[in-house]
Amino acid sequence: MKYLCLVYVDEKRLDELPDEDCVAYDTAIRKNGHCLASEALESVQTATTVRIRNGKASVTDGPFAETKEQLAGFYMIEARDLNEAIQIASGIPPARVGSIEVRPIRPIRETVAAAGPKNRAARVTGS
Amino acid sequence: MAETDTARGREAVDAIYRAESRRVLATLIRLLGDFDLAEEALHEAFRAALEQWPGEGVPENPRAWLVSAGRFKAIDAIRKRARLTSLDDAPEHAEVVGEDAAEWSDDSVEDDRLRLIFTCCHTALAPDAQVALTLREVCGLTTEEIAHAFLTPPSTLAQRIVRAKAKIRDARIPYEVPARAELPERLDSVLRVVYLVFNEGYSASSGAALTRHDLSGEAIRLGRLLMELLPEPEAIGLLALMLLHESRRAARTSTDGDIILLDQQNRALWNRELIAEGTALVERAFASRRFGPYSIQAAISAVHAGAPRAEDTDWSEIVALYEVLVRMNPSPVVELNRAVAVAMRDGPAAGLPLVDAILARGELAEYRLVHAARADLCRRLGRTADARAAYERALTLTQQDSERRFIERRLTELAG
Repeated sequence: MKYLCLVYVDEKRLDELPDEDCVAYDTAIRKNGHCLASEALESVQTATTVRIRNGKASVTDGPFAETKEQLAGFYMIEARDLNEAIQIASGIPPARVGSIEVRPIRPIRETVAAAGPKNRAARVTGS
Repeated sequence: MAETDTARGREAVDAIYRAESRRVLATLIRLLGDFDLAEEALHEAFRAALEQWPGEGVPENPRAWLVSAGRFKAIDAIRKRARLTSLDDAPEHAEVVGEDAAEWSDDSVEDDRLRLIFTCCHTALAPDAQVALTLREVCGLTTEEIAHAFLTPPSTLAQRIVRAKAKIRDARIPYEVPARAELPERLDSVLRVVYLVFNEGYSASSGAALTRHDLSGEAIRLGRLLMELLPEPEAIGLLALMLLHESRRAARTSTDGDIILLDQQNRALWNRELIAEGTALVERAFASRRFGPYSIQAAISAVHAGAPRAEDTDWSEIVALYEVLVRMNPSPVVELNRAVAVAMRDGPAAGLPLVDAILARGELAEYRLVHAARADLCRRLGRTADARAAYERALTLTQQDSERRFIERRLTELAG
């Protein structure tokens, strides 16, 4: 059985969680075969909502799921830029009745890998 | 002597700033791939011009000089920053910046201005952010000026702009003119921003009227730029519509700031030059056969402008244009306008059932102008009690002082 674990958090409290912790857990559950795919997201302020109504695409700023709408699935896509991502998102059939939130992936592993050694060095010198 | 030279040099730089700064910025954003970096580079380029031009003379092609100076300053800044933070970031940026893009031909610069407009008006940005960003980046207004014109605290407006730029960067909104297939929808968004800026300046009354009037002027300048860069029929239609509205500015309010309706306006106050220009543009848009709602609204405005007296208005033509508009862009507000035009052509008894039918559907129940229209038709039919009830309903729904005074005058007349 596959499960999707959705991460909800007050973005103001994200600072309390070091990225290193998240990447460490991710690495561990990938190693033991439990994790199939995982990504961090950019801030909710980068969100764009795509809907198709009367055959026309409507593109708006922000995450605007109606309270009646529930999460029904996900697509992780590769796109050149937001315009291409919008174009692909507007082809997802539920866009005609619901809404598709398009949010860029935050490269958390790369960030931690790049900053990791230096951060540790800084902490050592700092102490 | 040296002092007058300096003063002259500064004047030359100022004049070139006014004429070129937006073009240079638009190109720098493309070359540097970042709004903030480009603004900083623009600032540095003009600082360098102020230092060098008074002594060395203005270069032959100041725009190319400024782009090039801005680009070098930006490379410097990136290198310095890279030394301070991580060396790993440097090659990536240097690649972007170091690209030997000597593409400053006039064509590519004009494309850059279009790219800037389409990026600022991208629908993935919040509507109020689109407006603020366009006025800031395309028109070159300061944050304080925009805040003042929109009666918004400068800090709120500044934050709106910062967020919009962050979204462009983080969600990777591309700096490009949309492809043909996407153009109509993306152009709609640009035209909506321009018209919103215009109306913000046009419908304003009292207090801040002066600065808000400037917003209309800014919107017309934007409309002209857009038509020059992208002569699509609806861009032409929107400019025509704005010019025709603007032509009536002096006649539409009394000295006390009260609204004067179209049929009561002193037509000698209408600006004939703007009418001639707007009318010619309507004809140009219609000749394309690809015109849309802005062109039709402009055509309606042109019919009014063409009537020497209110009673000479060609209402048949106006009704016909509203028929086209209702089919193209069905909305209860457009239907209401058509109903009013029918009442003007065939008399109030013909218009009232149409207005009542719209009201019966309930869509416009809270819309003050539908009640005002009903009131006016009842008044003309001598149905005083119905007219009074409808004016009173309109009065409870209006927010504007000048409208309130207008309705109150009508109520007093009914009582008399």
